[in-house]
Amino acid sequence: MSDEKGSSIVVIGGGISGITTAIEAAEAGHSSVIVERNPYLGGRVAQLNRYFPKLCPPYCGLEINFKRIKQNPKISVYTSAEIESVTGSEGNFSVKIKINPRFVNSKCTACGECVKVCPVDRSNSFNFGIDKTKAIYLPHELSYPMRFAIDQSPGACPGKSCSKCVPACKYNAIDLDMKAETVELKASSVVYATGWSPYDAAKMDNLGFGKVKNVVTNMMMERLAAPNGPTKGKILRPSDNKLVKTVAFVQCAGSRDENHLAHCSSVCCMASLKQATYFRESDPETKAFIYYIDLRAPGKYEDFLKKIQTDENVIMIKGKVAKIEEDAETLDPIVTVEDIVGGKKITQRVDMVVLATGMEPSLKVANVGTNVKLDENGFVDAESQAPGIYASGVAKRPNDVTTSLQDATSAALKGIQSAVRR
Amino acid sequence: MGLGVYICTDCGIGESLNIEALQKIGGKMGNCKTHPFLCSKEGVDLIKSDINSEGVNKIVIAACSQRVNTDNFDFDPLLYVTERVNLREHVVWMQPPNDPKTQAMAEDYLNMGVVRASKSEPPVPKTTDVTRVVLVIGGGVTGLTAALEVEKAGYKAVVVEKSAALGGWAKKSYKTYPSRAPYDKLVAPSIDAKVQAVSGSKNITVHLDSAITSVEGEPGMYDVEIDKKGAKETFKAGAVILATGWKPYDANNLVQYGYGRFKNVITNVQMEDLASKGKITRPSDGKTAQSVLFVQCAGQRDENHVPYCSSVCCNVSLKQAKYVREANPDAGAFIIYKDMRATGVYENFYKAMQNDEGIFLAKGEVKGIEEEADASLIVIVDNQLLGKEMRIRADVVVLATGMISSMLPEGKAVNSLTKEYIGDMVVKKTQDGEIEELMPIPHILNLKYRQGPEIPHLKYGFPDSHFVCFPYETRRTGIYAAGAVRQPMDSYQSSVDASGAALKAIQCIELTSQGKAVHPRAGDMSFPEFRLESCTQCRRCTVECPFGVLDEDEKGTPREHPYRCRRCGTCMGACPQRIISFSNYSVDMVSQMLKSMEVPSEGDEPFIIALICENDAYPALDMAGLNRVHLNPNYRFISLRCLGGTNLVWISDALSKGVDGVILMGCKYGDDYQCHFVKGSQVASERLGKVQETLGRLMLESERVTQIQLAINEWDTLPKIMEEFSEKLKGFGPNPYKGF
Repeated sequence: MSDEKGSSIVVIGGGISGITTAIEAAEAGHSSVIVERNPYLGGRVAQLNRYFPKLCPPYCGLEINFKRIKQNPKISVYTSAEIESVTGSEGNFSVKIKINPRFVNSKCTACGECVKVCPVDRSNSFNFGIDKTKAIYLPHELSYPMRFAIDQSPGACPGKSCSKCVPACKYNAIDLDMKAETVELKASSVVYATGWSPYDAAKMDNLGFGKVKNVVTNMMMERLAAPNGPTKGKILRPSDNKLVKTVAFVQCAGSRDENHLAHCSSVCCMASLKQATYFRESDPETKAFIYYIDLRAPGKYEDFLKKIQTDENVIMIKGKVAKIEEDAETLDPIVTVEDIVGGKKITQRVDMVVLATGMEPSLKVANVGTNVKLDENGFVDAESQAPGIYASGVAKRPNDVTTSLQDATSAALKGIQSAVRR
Repeated sequence: MGLGVYICTDCGIGESLNIEALQKIGGKMGNCKTHPFLCSKEGVDLIKSDINSEGVNKIVIAACSQRVNTDNFDFDPLLYVTERVNLREHVVWMQPPNDPKTQAMAEDYLNMGVVRASKSEPPVPKTTDVTRVVLVIGGGVTGLTAALEVEKAGYKAVVVEKSAALGGWAKKSYKTYPSRAPYDKLVAPSIDAKVQAVSGSKNITVHLDSAITSVEGEPGMYDVEIDKKGAKETFKAGAVILATGWKPYDANNLVQYGYGRFKNVITNVQMEDLASKGKITRPSDGKTAQSVLFVQCAGQRDENHVPYCSSVCCNVSLKQAKYVREANPDAGAFIIYKDMRATGVYENFYKAMQNDEGIFLAKGEVKGIEEEADASLIVIVDNQLLGKEMRIRADVVVLATGMISSMLPEGKAVNSLTKEYIGDMVVKKTQDGEIEELMPIPHILNLKYRQGPEIPHLKYGFPDSHFVCFPYETRRTGIYAAGAVRQPMDSYQSSVDASGAALKAIQCIELTSQGKAVHPRAGDMSFPEFRLESCTQCRRCTVECPFGVLDEDEKGTPREHPYRCRRCGTCMGACPQRIISFSNYSVDMVSQMLKSMEVPSEGDEPFIIALICENDAYPALDMAGLNRVHLNPNYRFISLRCLGGTNLVWISDALSKGVDGVILMGCKYGDDYQCHFVKGSQVASERLGKVQETLGRLMLESERVTQIQLAINEWDTLPKIMEEFSEKLKGFGPNPYKGF
């Protein structure tokens, strides 16, 4: 219906919420465009090992969604693309995007010959820097598009001075001269599906992240546990690659804290319960400690909490972690906790600590080129936007995946309504 | 006219395989060409030129996975059959180059691809007239929002509400808690505006005092009958939103808190009523309450009552504590909780309420409640923060009782429901003796569907949906649940959910009009066709369809409702007579594919057929290829739309051809199912249970056929799984039918 009018819904962000908004709108007959900053779609969920409460792999839903994108001519996708500006009004927006060079064109077949000759390593951002890839790399196994990319950030690919990969590619898919280009998109509405970033754990001095080697974040834990992760799914601690037998989860690491994130990220309790579950399943000789303020397993998630509460090797203590120190010799983290119910101070030595760091809305960190209005927590305040400006998923509220997808589907309808009003 | 086979020699295919031998296979059926870089413009142009000048309409591309380069090999599916033979990920990336086994594998796949294409025809579009009206059941916040959102998108809605007024629970609320700043102030409910908007809309019809008596037909064209104050009315609808909301848990079951015995013990629902009167008074004597104590999780998170958490009660009690404080600044409110679940941005609200010096919060457990002579209450609390028992005097005790899905008929408890369909087990006499059978209870939708009058629930009476990724996918195409009927949620979230369901309803209507499937095969224009003259009325298809597509006539012959269909092919797999097929997917097609391969007539290594799910197992194999994982070369993979499409005849076809074993690789099933068609992989496993008979007839070991559950990311487990099955088959020795 909207096609005749030449309008489409521009969705900023190609994570699970953005993808869902774009697909749902397109399947209802309206064109949509996904603009994603990374060289691949999938966002945060692509980095997750499993979802709670089903313990199923996010790849499963992503695969179906990518299939829906592939066969739907009404969806366009721009990856490695950033927003320069959003101007205009409902029914008549102009969205300027800058497409950063991938240095690999659409001729790439993902054969992998280039990797064999690339002499430079880069920190693997997909795995939060736990391992390295070559400067020319496939972002991950389910990348969409299934194409390599070159990282030319400082210290990575030096560019034409090396050029070893160019002759290795017999498809002429590598173009080190590729330049950024600007594209202007016309839109009837703009949906911010910009999601979140893990809160910077180094900002919490007492929790030792960056100083105590065996303190990781919950997102790093997902990569450690993922079969396609840096340790092939074995949970090995960073300092010495020792198989982790005891782990402490520190809840609300930065969340519910006026000095960091005032909001509750709403997923971290379930995320830690999930991680404790798969950690315990990996080996019966393991033990997990969870230090929390409140255990927030709302709705039907209560079943998941109840199940893990029957495991005597998962010890849940209501208490705030005061500090995490490192045993200089063993590099074991030592956690000091105020046990609120027990009314005493506990020190606990573990192999590794997982900080349940919260979700910081991406727009709070970088609200560039837009005039979208944020609330005091940095989320999009849906009720105070100009007509035709919407948000989808965690950009709007800290929610779990399924709630974000309800929101993403509703954002698709809002976008259609803007097109209809046009 | 016909088939063109295009072999790409790139990405290692040319170096690893004998391309000439493959060309001979491709050439058998028609035109076969090779290209050094088939996905390039030149390669695609080669195919296009054959389409234009040679009349090629069935294109077999022997190159990479069907999951990549889809934009290059993008030929109109209504005009051309495109079949991808995966020589790259599934063959040369996994197997040693120039090895006879690698070559044999490639040849088998090419043979099968040629057969698949030959046996396929492009689907004929089945467009239809549709009614662009959405039926919304329930006139509470969810239903009203859904109707308004549908209208704003240019469609019409009909709201059917059982009570005499619109507004639902929201109308009965005094105030709501804030969903945005400022968080320290309660807000007036916005429900009146919605009621007015709906009542005043010319695109929304409202039926009050009405109940659905029948929903017949299919998406785009439902016939709905309602009972409106005793009179029947009928109308058409294109899709349905189930927005019937929740009901409070019956506090009379909570004897431990004195409800019903002590006058001043009330529920959070009654508290709204009390607060609406402007003053919080004691029900016993009408005196102003000086202290009110809230018991969180009253009957919730409790196996004996409501096992789940209703997720809103913490916020509701914080709000009601504020009522107490607003009505009487001298009054105090106590909240006794297990965990304070003010999730997400509601943390701001929680903090704002904590800042009120008259609101006291304590983690603890209410051990008992006693009534004093003047009807005041003494609440015995095990205060876990202070580590001691406390006796708190309260004028009023409010029980934070939970939310029950309105899917539950009267008298049914959430924790003792029959599986899948809510109903009663009844004993029926049949010719085989007495059997216990589930009689589902008609309640809200009254669907005239063979599979029952309501949508299936997963647990606790909440409708089944494809949780996590596809929350709107119920098992009844065109019917979408929203709001607290499907999961405890507050009015903010219910409004969001209502908009999402409205989108899905509209989408379903539009896709139906074009003859296209909805999720997960959105856009698929193939339909199952039934050769009913050969039907034996065995009813397997009607029973097994996960989506309730098929009804039955009196004799048991399936009656199709094509627009309910999700195109998974489960009916096709169920049919022992092989009368169900799609133009591009059929029992015969796979049987012929099996016939087309060369089963080694001798050798020590078992030769195995793997029937795999194309949604998860197939990409898992691609990832194994991408990681250059070597897999046992004596397997041949045949991908299916869903394992539910597995027809047992394929197993006897394979075994009678000398194949040593058959393995099904599908998605996880059970409560945490991952199958995109909900029941496909489960149905396949149940069918396998019956394969013993066939094997017995062939005098073969039943373990020659097996099924595994494989998640998409578990490709790393494949080498072991495949090796173990192969080893097991070795123990049985070669299939005695080999070479026949």
